[in-house]
Amino acid sequence: MSKEGLRPRYAPTPTPDTAHFWEGTRNHKLLLQRCTDCGTVYFPPRAFCPENGSSNIEVFEASGKAKLISYTINHRQHPSFESPYAIAIVQLDEGPMMMSNIVDCEQTPEALVLDMPLEVTFEKVSDEITVPLFRPVGEGS
Amino acid sequence: MTVAVVGASETTELGRIPHLSQMQLHADGAFNALADAGLSVSDIDGIATAGASPVDLTHYLGLEPHWIDGTSVGGCSFLIHVRHAVAAIEAGYCETVLITHGESGRSGVGRGGGGGGAASFASQFEMPYGPMGPTTLFGIGVLRYMKQYGMTHEQLASAAVAQREWAGMNPRAMYRDPITVDDVLASRVIAYPFHLLECCLVTDGGGALILTSAERAKDFPQPPVYILGTGESVESPMISQMADLTSSRNFRIAGGDAMKAAGVKHADVDHLMVYDAFAHLPIFGLEDLGFVERGEAGPFIEEGNTRPGGRLPLNTNGGGLSYTHTGMYGMFALQESVRQVRGQAPAQVDGANVSVCLGVGGMFSAGACIVFGKELP
Repeated sequence: MSKEGLRPRYAPTPTPDTAHFWEGTRNHKLLLQRCTDCGTVYFPPRAFCPENGSSNIEVFEASGKAKLISYTINHRQHPSFESPYAIAIVQLDEGPMMMSNIVDCEQTPEALVLDMPLEVTFEKVSDEITVPLFRPVGEGS
Repeated sequence: MTVAVVGASETTELGRIPHLSQMQLHADGAFNALADAGLSVSDIDGIATAGASPVDLTHYLGLEPHWIDGTSVGGCSFLIHVRHAVAAIEAGYCETVLITHGESGRSGVGRGGGGGGAASFASQFEMPYGPMGPTTLFGIGVLRYMKQYGMTHEQLASAAVAQREWAGMNPRAMYRDPITVDDVLASRVIAYPFHLLECCLVTDGGGALILTSAERAKDFPQPPVYILGTGESVESPMISQMADLTSSRNFRIAGGDAMKAAGVKHADVDHLMVYDAFAHLPIFGLEDLGFVERGEAGPFIEEGNTRPGGRLPLNTNGGGLSYTHTGMYGMFALQESVRQVRGQAPAQVDGANVSVCLGVGGMFSAGACIVFGKELP
């Protein structure tokens, strides 16, 4: 989606509690956290479980499988995107929701069907930041 | 005074802590104080902080507050939080308040994370994907809602049509010409599924309220409008992390607390204001306040129940969609509730004795509800 002539997409600043996530994406791994007390899988990263406050947590690699939960299609101009483009919420098979973009797919309501299966792909933004994006399963893989 | 401190602690380390972000310092102090009190996060139902937003902290810690205070006026803010918390606990707004401070003043790790700074969760986990403010994000759950409940684009559009009808009765409304569902759906797509006429205006303006005791209130020139009940909450700084994209937890908590405190039932409510930055907000508001069941608000509006002459007059000034929307529209929703209960609104509802005013903050990040009445119970 970030094409020639467009500014690179926004590159976030990791913090100590999120650094492992961004290190993971840099290595094309989508890392999640799980509470070893209650089993809750959560995102965004924190050093404790947001369900019960427990710091007994572990980091693990997600399957990268997800489904499309909802989205908007922005028709206004954005310096880093070719409009119109969809801003999506996907649900990972492990449970957590995350915002992302859907690539290798027409950015139309007809092509972006809710609950369609997706898989993670990665886009390098800078030396430090690589962002997880999603594409329809079976497309362009 | 009936309120006491039952837990207190500083962060585990002090001095140089370059391995913790500012939010982590908040959390470290919070968990230490909870341990000191023998409590867990689930025992906390009130949250106050400065420097960070109470929204960020609520989401970060996994809280579900019924009372918040984000008063941020410098170093004494936490003393003020204590005072506000005493009042809140005595008033029954909440039982157990957590007040936190965390500041990476020396190392500067994750500073500014509360207000959309580069290290905030929203900056890390939403900004890279191209959001451009509320038009692109506020409605991101609408397609999910439509699939879940079968709501049509026409029903969504009918919210804008109903409010334009109210605006037509209001000389101060910016847009007053009648519109149809077809007009709404033919207007330019801003961020699918929203068309231009489903998005709020952008205007200049302002307003103010003055409150005093009910006892004194009888001696003023204007008829008193009593505050019968109130509610508040916050959920997440990121719309992608809402617990349910088709319903606002804040609306449910704030609305539920306000209606309960007021002792009013839905049938007692004569007039309703729901902060409408976009056309889906009245739909979420009607359902989360319990005026209709989940999934029924679209048909309810389409059938005309919220229009002039309908059984639940809603957004009778024309709302953010047609009246005015400066950015922080809540003041205008309050003003219309007050006008209606006073009996002075341009589009006056007959017998508007009880008015409910529901507000949103951010994109479902915060919610608050006020129940106004002509009479004290």
